[in-house]
Amino acid sequence: MAFAAFGSSPAKEHKSPTKSSKIVLALLMPGLVYLGLFFFTPLFSLVVTSLEVPAASGGIGEYEYGFAWENYVTAFTTYLPQILRSFMYATIATVIALLISYPLAYFIGVKLRTRPLLQRLMLVLVIAPFFISFLLRTIAWKQIFSDGGAIMQTIYSLGLMDKSEHFLGTDAAVIFGLTYNFIPFMTLPLFTTLERFDVRLLEAGSDLYASPAKVFRKVTLPLSMPGIISGTLLVFIPIAGDYVNAGQNFLGSSKTSMIGTIVDSEFLQTQDYPIASSLSVMLMAVIVALVGLYVRSSGTDDLL
Amino acid sequence: MKRFSPGKLTLPTYSFLAMAFMLIPIVYTIVFSFNDSSQRTNTEWQGFTLDKWFGVCAKPDVCQALGNSIFIGVVSTLIATVLGTALAIGLVRYRFRARSLVNLALFLPMATPEVVLGAGLAGLFFNAGVGAGMTTVIIAHVVFCLSFVVVTVKARVQTLDPVLEEAGRDLYANPTQVFWKITFPLLLPGIISAALLSFSLSFDDFIITYFNSGSVETFPKYVYVAAARGVPAEANVIASAVFLAAILIVLGTQINGAIKRKRLARK
Repeated sequence: MAFAAFGSSPAKEHKSPTKSSKIVLALLMPGLVYLGLFFFTPLFSLVVTSLEVPAASGGIGEYEYGFAWENYVTAFTTYLPQILRSFMYATIATVIALLISYPLAYFIGVKLRTRPLLQRLMLVLVIAPFFISFLLRTIAWKQIFSDGGAIMQTIYSLGLMDKSEHFLGTDAAVIFGLTYNFIPFMTLPLFTTLERFDVRLLEAGSDLYASPAKVFRKVTLPLSMPGIISGTLLVFIPIAGDYVNAGQNFLGSSKTSMIGTIVDSEFLQTQDYPIASSLSVMLMAVIVALVGLYVRSSGTDDLL
Repeated sequence: MKRFSPGKLTLPTYSFLAMAFMLIPIVYTIVFSFNDSSQRTNTEWQGFTLDKWFGVCAKPDVCQALGNSIFIGVVSTLIATVLGTALAIGLVRYRFRARSLVNLALFLPMATPEVVLGAGLAGLFFNAGVGAGMTTVIIAHVVFCLSFVVVTVKARVQTLDPVLEEAGRDLYANPTQVFWKITFPLLLPGIISAALLSFSLSFDDFIITYFNSGSVETFPKYVYVAAARGVPAEANVIASAVFLAAILIVLGTQINGAIKRKRLARK
């Protein structure tokens, strides 16, 4: 899927005969056991922790096994604003990232086919942000949009914003940062899909007197769906769980806290593990549901 | 129908502008690594200097954090690459009933928000009485690197023609020889990309590390904490150096690959 573009150009798949099950086990088991221990067990442990009750001893950060499902009610009602904000940010940023990435991926995947070297170069530029610290990139935007910076000074002098207003710390600034940081995760799967797109279908469409807009709507767009869906998953999910962009030392303020902000503070500062865990479980439940929808529509072979 | 029309320039122009936009913070970070900022903060341009590049370790904590990040990155990449390559070969080469379940099990870690995995692992280690430190960070990093290794290597395994391995067997090579003499060299470009991706994911990870590292400093942790009072130019130097090294490696392999393909196409 997404990162196939990173490895090598996709070629035709060779069907292979079934071989002995011992080799399969030897190849798969170490990795799967690792995931079982350090991925699935922690998720299960989150569910257990989310139902715990304060210990009888009453110490801070001390809890014992219980079945306090009301932790979920507390977490949900207390942090509803953060939950709604997280999904609102994720939805808006995903849509903008798709709108920005699609023409770019189309250009690299379809128009640049005749120039493989330039195509490779553009792909490297698309993934270039991965190689420089995510935190420093975000701090760079923060400084670019600071009140004393050239951009804000221009906006102030043109009277587009009052000097008492700031861009940093607003919803827009956080959405801007989230969109920027996750654009490559949208562009790559779109590219992988569009690279295989058969351009003769476009000619067929226009030969049948469809307008360019209609060809796009009836041919290009439906065939881009696998890329659009996996790009959406790869962008929406990490954004819903991110809290660095929204942080007060980055692009956000106290008014932009997200689910992650709360999990971080409840877990690492307040040590209210059950509440932090129930928020995490709720977030994970939404994501499992989204992945489930994807699997139902596309199967699991295109997942990876 | 080859006619010149301004409409044809819209897409290329847009694409180059979009690329330029993506590169703004990268250029900014690199430029500010040359900033002669005498104070702690590095927010305003004070003049050009190479001092920060030649004296990165003037702030020893930055270099300590960098060393830890490299160590964690290398070890977790090694583990993730070995486990992930085996998984990728197994998934592509063999048909078995639980395939879709295994696909799903490998996709879920990629789809899990960092904060969920971070908190889950921290809770697990805490309950098991394991103190957070270097080991717990490495364990955590392998979890999220593994799936990305599988995806990248899988793409390469799919391009591999099993006939080549059959030919090896026909010439009486044993399975070990077939693997090391045929399969492995052919997969190597994919494995190298996977390892690179894994290292950069590990090196840049903040949230999961923050939950599982205890008192161990890493480069992203250093930057995050420094963000509260201003990040020193030394951090920009390190990020820029890592960026330039990575981009040179990637460009090198991509150009090399493109030239090879061109030569093959001509033959």
